[in-house]
Amino acid sequence: MAHVDTTHAPAEHEPAAHPPAHEEETTTGISHRKLLMWVFLGSDCLFFGSLIATYMVYRGQSIVGPYPADIIDVPITTISTFVLLMSSFAMVMAVAAARNGNQKRLIQWLICTIILGGGFIGFQVYEFNLFRVEGLRYETNLFSSTFFTLTGFHGAHVTLGLFWLLCLTIIAWRNPAGRPSGEDVDIAGLYWHFVDIVWIVIFTLLYLIGGFDAGPDAGHAATQGWQWITGIFA
Amino acid sequence: MVTITGVIPRPNTYTGLWSWLTTVDHKRIGALYGFSAFFFFIVGGIEAGIMRVQLATSDASLVSADWFNAMFTMHGTTMIFMVIMPFGATFFNFLVPLMIGARDVAFPRLNAFSYWTFLFGALLMHGGFLIGQVPDAGWFSYANLTAAPFSEGKGLDFWALSLQVLGVASLAAGFNFVVTIINMRAPGMSLMRMPVFVWMTLVTSILLVLAFPIITVALIELTADRQFGANFFNTAAGGDPILWQHLFWLFGHPEVYILILPAMGVVSEIIPTYSRKPLFGYPVVVFSGIVIAIMSWAVWSHHMFTVGLGPIANSVFTITTMLIAVPTGVKIFNWIGTMWQGSIDLRTPMLMAIGFVALFIVGGLSGVSHAVSPSDFQQQDTYYIVAHIHYVLFGGAIFGIFAGIYYWYPKITGKMYHETLGKVHFWLMFIGMNLTFFPMHYAGLNGMPRRIYTYAEGFGWEGMNLLATIGYFVIVISLLIFMHNFFRSLKKGEEAGHDPWDAPTLEWSISSPPPVYNFAEVPVVKGQDAYWITKREAAARGETVPAEPHVDPSTIHLPSPSYWPLVTAFGVVWIAGGLLIDVGWDYIRFPVSFIGGLITIIGVIGWSNEPPAEEHHEPAGHH
Repeated sequence: MAHVDTTHAPAEHEPAAHPPAHEEETTTGISHRKLLMWVFLGSDCLFFGSLIATYMVYRGQSIVGPYPADIIDVPITTISTFVLLMSSFAMVMAVAAARNGNQKRLIQWLICTIILGGGFIGFQVYEFNLFRVEGLRYETNLFSSTFFTLTGFHGAHVTLGLFWLLCLTIIAWRNPAGRPSGEDVDIAGLYWHFVDIVWIVIFTLLYLIGGFDAGPDAGHAATQGWQWITGIFA
Repeated sequence: MVTITGVIPRPNTYTGLWSWLTTVDHKRIGALYGFSAFFFFIVGGIEAGIMRVQLATSDASLVSADWFNAMFTMHGTTMIFMVIMPFGATFFNFLVPLMIGARDVAFPRLNAFSYWTFLFGALLMHGGFLIGQVPDAGWFSYANLTAAPFSEGKGLDFWALSLQVLGVASLAAGFNFVVTIINMRAPGMSLMRMPVFVWMTLVTSILLVLAFPIITVALIELTADRQFGANFFNTAAGGDPILWQHLFWLFGHPEVYILILPAMGVVSEIIPTYSRKPLFGYPVVVFSGIVIAIMSWAVWSHHMFTVGLGPIANSVFTITTMLIAVPTGVKIFNWIGTMWQGSIDLRTPMLMAIGFVALFIVGGLSGVSHAVSPSDFQQQDTYYIVAHIHYVLFGGAIFGIFAGIYYWYPKITGKMYHETLGKVHFWLMFIGMNLTFFPMHYAGLNGMPRRIYTYAEGFGWEGMNLLATIGYFVIVISLLIFMHNFFRSLKKGEEAGHDPWDAPTLEWSISSPPPVYNFAEVPVVKGQDAYWITKREAAARGETVPAEPHVDPSTIHLPSPSYWPLVTAFGVVWIAGGLLIDVGWDYIRFPVSFIGGLITIIGVIGWSNEPPAEEHHEPAGHH
């Protein structure tokens, strides 16, 4: 009677302790951890969505300066955006290396991703500090509160991702045979790309479109970014 | 990193306090949720009692206006976030793995983390009482009542930060149950064969996962305003208090369905069992639940009709709100259709379920009446709204929860509750509930505003309020009977057997209480109402189906207990608690809060590097 099925045991992610011989059997065929990451990213969409909505609602509503036009430096942030996008490329290469079981390449590309992501955070630290020196503090106006909160939480997401990638690198360094698994790197990659995509939205809205908003006396804020872009081609 | 683990060996005990602190068993975590939720039910009930006694007569002076504000704030916050939601989690935890034929949830340690974070967050919220700093801006804490100049002291900080911690717990639980239900179903358990309760759990969990980030952001903005001088709701800097209302209700309306859908799932299990019929129109019930969840995102501004959003917005939200009553009404017809021509057995769970349907109809109808925005202008902020919310949350959610407690009591404890005491509980609670909340309709339409701490003579409100206060004490008596029945039956109740109700779902196929491994043999599901099919096939062969026999648990791989979820949850609540420190030197709170962050990081690292425990299992049959 008692045919004991041990393959359906509750599966729990226990990295480093014992390498998974095979991923657990699931109803959908997607591992629990990867499904968890997808659900989390869906949830995070609403998180950033709410922060972005707050920024857009308050766009152009600040009563005192400095206003975005006084302080936002689009060229510098374009460089940092490019750096972050390149880190996503490095991440893709790391995932490919992990899937092929090429441990050496994996470590190289993970380190590459970390350097590029760290570079982005470096730009952000530089930018925040510059803004502070120029008189834009967290409590200065609506623009500063919404800007620092949104970009700050994005930076926190990137920083968390950097720690995660660092852990993966260390694990890969210490376990030349097969750890971390392709799935481990894949899930970190999902997170990393998501954070990257969020930045593209933030860069578009806060820098390319909202970065030229001047104070209340300077005309209709929404047209300013467009004028700057058309000005390039004039 | 690895050196952190092994300070204390991974626990492997299944008895004693340490085993409860480190448990990852979904059944034990469910029980912990249940007892915690009932404890806070008593706390919230006492807060309600203070308000009811104060309002029983005109010009009463039991409590001050300030204390009354604190009472209604904490009553609402407690009942919603610390009673009904964790009661939902109780049923999710205990039942979902059993109903889908799984050994545990997908992430057992994350599940333990959810519980401990919930408990610590709830205790932190009530910690404000110890230092006399109680939140007092209502359960939806409208800006800019919550701005630092208008709400001095730490009360609102306790509210915002504790709610943030409770949100972390809910999110973690939501992720866990979405993955569990999608990914851990037994062979043959297709989505459209799942019990309706599991469906409602899935829908609720998806709502949790999508709605809680919004309140998280709203609370971050409120906390930033109060702690770091940001300007989100600072009107002097151009901030708009209406933003808070939008964010809060965009979360708040899905939240309403997070509260009621689990109860609807419970009732959808109970009514077929005691009507001896499959649920009438199963797919329609499932799709109604999904439609409710989708539409719950399009009705939030009906909480804001009097804000002045304009006739277009008010019309649109009037229409969407009326539309969302349709799938809810469809479900009610499904439940009635299930009972129609069934052979109905009016046991306590069935009485509670029918009570749910009846009272929810009343609450639903008053809800439709303030969906009409011109009519709502008369009702906004009166006791009519208080009556409505209590018909849907007490008459609805709480009756559904008690229906579930009685229905699954034999499964969870292995004992039968006392049927007569159960019926007395039902009738007293039903009468008390109507006595308390029905007069509030009249008081409200008679102009009595909510949240007033007393009223002058001569408005004609005394009679209604006295009735409501008497009703409150009838409910209290009914709950005392429930508690007596609960604990008496644990000791003296008859042995329940594995399937006392001849029920259709898989949890009844195993012994009561369920063994630690749930199913020795993973069941194969052949259709809806899987256990009825099994029993019908056996009956055709002239056999009966016994409970699944016990096996030696050591032959089955189970997740080991772990103390790291406890450590991590403690770190999370420390982060919030640190920001609440109120001593002379204000900046001390940042380093103290930072220590909590370090504890959390240590917890997470320990968690991810934890080795499995030494093989050791309790003897078979012991739970």
